[in-house]
Amino acid sequence: MATLIAKRLGLMLFTMVIVSLILFLLLDTNLAGDPAARVLGQFASADQKSLWLAQHGYNDPLMTRYFHWVSGFVQGDLGESNRYRAPVADILGPRLWNTAILGFWTFAIMIPLSLLFGILSGMCEGSKLDRTLSVISIVTTSVPEFASSVFFAAIFVFGLKWLPGTSGMAEGFDWVQMVLPVMVLVVYGFGYVARMTRASMAEVMTAQYIRTAILKGLPYKTVILRHALRNALIAPFTVIMLQINWLLSGVIVVEFFFAYKGFGALLLEASLNNDVALLEACAMVAVVVAVTTQTLADIGYTYLNPRIRFS
Amino acid sequence: MNTKNSQAPILECKDLCISYYTRAGEIPAVVDFSLTLFPGETVGIVGESGCGKSTVAMAIMQYMGANGGIKSGSITFKGQNMTHMSEEELRQIRGSEIAMIYQEPFASLNPSVKISTQLIEVPMAHEGISAKEAWQRALQVLKDVKLPDPERVMNAYPHQISGGQQQRVVIAMGLLSNPSLLLLDEPTTALDVTVEAGIVKLIADISKKYGTSQIYISHNLGLILETCDRVFVMYSGEVVEEGSIDSLFSRPRHPYTHGLFACIPLPTADKNAAPLRPIRGQLPLPHERPQGCYYGPRCDHFIAATCDGEHIMMAPVEGSAANHRVRCARWREIEHDRVIPEGIGEQPVAVGEYILEVDKLQKYYEVRDNSLKALLSGKRIRHIKANEELNFRARKGETVAIVGESGCGKSTFAKVLMGLETSTNGEIRHNGVEISEIAVRDRSNKQVSSLQMIFQNPFDTLNPSHTIGSQISRVISKFGGKTEKGKIREKVMNLLDIVKLPRDFYYRKPRQLSGGQKQRIGIARAFAGKPSMVIADEPVSALDVSVAAAVTELLMDIQREQKTTLLFISHDLSVVRYLSDRIVVMYLGQILERGSTEEIFSPPYHPYTEALLSAIPIADPKVTKREIVLEGNLPSVMNPPKGCPFCTRCPRHIGAICDNEVPPVQQVNGRHFIKCHISLDELAQVEEVIHVPSKAERQQTVHPTQ
Repeated sequence: MATLIAKRLGLMLFTMVIVSLILFLLLDTNLAGDPAARVLGQFASADQKSLWLAQHGYNDPLMTRYFHWVSGFVQGDLGESNRYRAPVADILGPRLWNTAILGFWTFAIMIPLSLLFGILSGMCEGSKLDRTLSVISIVTTSVPEFASSVFFAAIFVFGLKWLPGTSGMAEGFDWVQMVLPVMVLVVYGFGYVARMTRASMAEVMTAQYIRTAILKGLPYKTVILRHALRNALIAPFTVIMLQINWLLSGVIVVEFFFAYKGFGALLLEASLNNDVALLEACAMVAVVVAVTTQTLADIGYTYLNPRIRFS
Repeated sequence: MNTKNSQAPILECKDLCISYYTRAGEIPAVVDFSLTLFPGETVGIVGESGCGKSTVAMAIMQYMGANGGIKSGSITFKGQNMTHMSEEELRQIRGSEIAMIYQEPFASLNPSVKISTQLIEVPMAHEGISAKEAWQRALQVLKDVKLPDPERVMNAYPHQISGGQQQRVVIAMGLLSNPSLLLLDEPTTALDVTVEAGIVKLIADISKKYGTSQIYISHNLGLILETCDRVFVMYSGEVVEEGSIDSLFSRPRHPYTHGLFACIPLPTADKNAAPLRPIRGQLPLPHERPQGCYYGPRCDHFIAATCDGEHIMMAPVEGSAANHRVRCARWREIEHDRVIPEGIGEQPVAVGEYILEVDKLQKYYEVRDNSLKALLSGKRIRHIKANEELNFRARKGETVAIVGESGCGKSTFAKVLMGLETSTNGEIRHNGVEISEIAVRDRSNKQVSSLQMIFQNPFDTLNPSHTIGSQISRVISKFGGKTEKGKIREKVMNLLDIVKLPRDFYYRKPRQLSGGQKQRIGIARAFAGKPSMVIADEPVSALDVSVAAAVTELLMDIQREQKTTLLFISHDLSVVRYLSDRIVVMYLGQILERGSTEEIFSPPYHPYTEALLSAIPIADPKVTKREIVLEGNLPSVMNPPKGCPFCTRCPRHIGAICDNEVPPVQQVNGRHFIKCHISLDELAQVEEVIHVPSKAERQQTVHPTQ
């Protein structure tokens, strides 16, 4: 176990170094376009550009600049956003927190709901309940977020007038404004996890050890909870961890649509405005999240599956 | 074991008909099944796959899946009709009154729940006792099933213990609530022979100690003989004969029962003296059963009008022991003496020069240990000694068997021989050419075609999307030296004739074939390139008794014809005894004994050979054998004993020398060698393991009154 964690951490670090190098080469050098033009705009003169490059240390050797950038990053100095004219760290922090709140509520509703759906339909494969739940899961998953956002807004904002149409939280945190973004994300995401859980559960229910458990005369509840669930959850667990990654990009549409001040909206703004420092910081955050969830998924997997833990 | 017939029966199945309902319609799986089981009695149900024996067990458990159901008849357990019970009533009976033991112990244990939890939940669910009390009970039962170190087993996960231990855990699980009926569905089929012997003894002890009634389901007549009081023979969904062990085994009345006996090699028979007589034809599909007697089309005593008229009912056999009943219209007329066939034997194949010489062959595998401890101590690479110093030779036309339990290195040797692996050290000379270090890719076409293999599982070795014809043609065009399409086709047809399959199988796909037919194709494929040597890795162990007999006979015929050397890898000593000329006994990668079949089957034995012989189930009540049950498990190949590999389980262990020194290879005579510390004189004193009565004794006992 210790070896596994050490290895995963090493791999995590390695991935981050590689990604940071790629990011740096793409955004901060003239390999892919002129960085000065990105900041000063297309109409800046050649003199202005070279002056800006010199001021910002672009004439130093490549490696020096990379290490300078990385060491700043590690110490929490993420550079300065030239759109907000403020340190990136100050902008990113609150935005990440907002997205974390959104993500937390999405998952808090989506995971139990999808597991329940998946387990119920997997338990009685082929039954009416299974078919109903399957149709619901497939339909909701196949409607993209931008469509469901419009659809829900039409119903709850313009039709019933129950909910506000934007979630800008101008006057502080407001529960009511959270409802629509969370609803859109849950509806889009839960079907997929439910389908995965159903397939896994249906397979487990045909396993011989389930027959053993039933023929031991255990109450049906015990058969499901003790013998089926844990084995059935091994596959969906990895999927759930992947959903966290999906959420980071999935929030872009939703946050933009409902004007929610989160990480996704920030990422969109940064890329629309050529805000290099901000973009780099956002990308690195995404990498950290991706690699961390994968590590957690691997560790959790070995915990759920003792056959891997001991071999 | 006395059958207390005065008591009320534990279980009574009356005219039971079980059907499965599919889209194609109703499929009758079991027809007209009646069974009465008294307390303390053990009843065996024997039959080939598809005869409905497992369906009966599942029906007794009232667990038949969504599409199965009892069509008519009743199952009465302790006076209550189980067919009318609610789920909750059934739940209270399952596991506490009736327990079941399954064929594959690993699949029937939950892989992610500790064994302790899986055990203690049984009495907790049925008797409502505390976890602590249940724990004590579980520990006690684990001791009763003779598991070493029960505390460790309690805290382990199923994959951490061996197959034999897993089966003991499953048995313990069945016994926990002290059931009055135990259903055993092929409980030893997935296990090694010596482990099987231990489990069989355990099951017999249990029925004595706990007084549990048992229904023992098996395809192996020998095991039934060893475990049961009464036996039911099933064929195509119905019982064709039932009777006490003694009555049925010494004077079987139904032609099918006869057929089954003729299909199993007995320790008296070998291939030249008395070839097996396979049953012709195939088991009819449930919806294609013939009129009258279901066995009719395959029966040698079939008479139109008598046998294909009305459905035939079970009739008692007069003048026989109690309860001997048979479902045959002509049982009175057929001569029923099970005489050992004689005189119809074949000439033994004349053996020629040495085809294969194996000289000090070694095969080590490297394993990398990736644990932190190994990383720090620098001992990352360890060796698994899969084969250690193998020496033996095989002549042209000879059949050499390699015998041993799983993990003994017999398959590794086959891989090295085929070139799928290369050896670490030593030599294999095939037709005088060294091949042990040439991988199969680097061998010439001629070398590859002269050394072919028949695989264990015919179901996985044929490509499902190609026709039979194209699969054999490919071998011929590659190895047979023929290129013209017409000639290749002709050769394929020829091969189909040789393996006794109809020529239109050329156009069939593997899924349209039965297991036995697939294995025939496997044989045709192996012999397509006229090999000088064929390796057969358990070629019949996945097949039913009657099918296995036919395939074995076929293999022998082709070998006789083509004078091929056959290397037969098997764990089944009765088949080995039947068809091989020489035997090599392997254990943990080493040869412990080798010699001719006669030499192996009579003293002096290596102690391991002795145990293997004792583990053969023999379906003949007149044959007696000495009981030797090996304790403990096969040691891990990662960490084998320092001295003799067998020292940890040897019943004839003579002291520290066995543990610390590698035993010498002692030559008994000619080509018979034993690797043991015990002197040959001492080993020669050992009594015979299997005692086969002489013909005179047998005639006497078979016909007590005539």
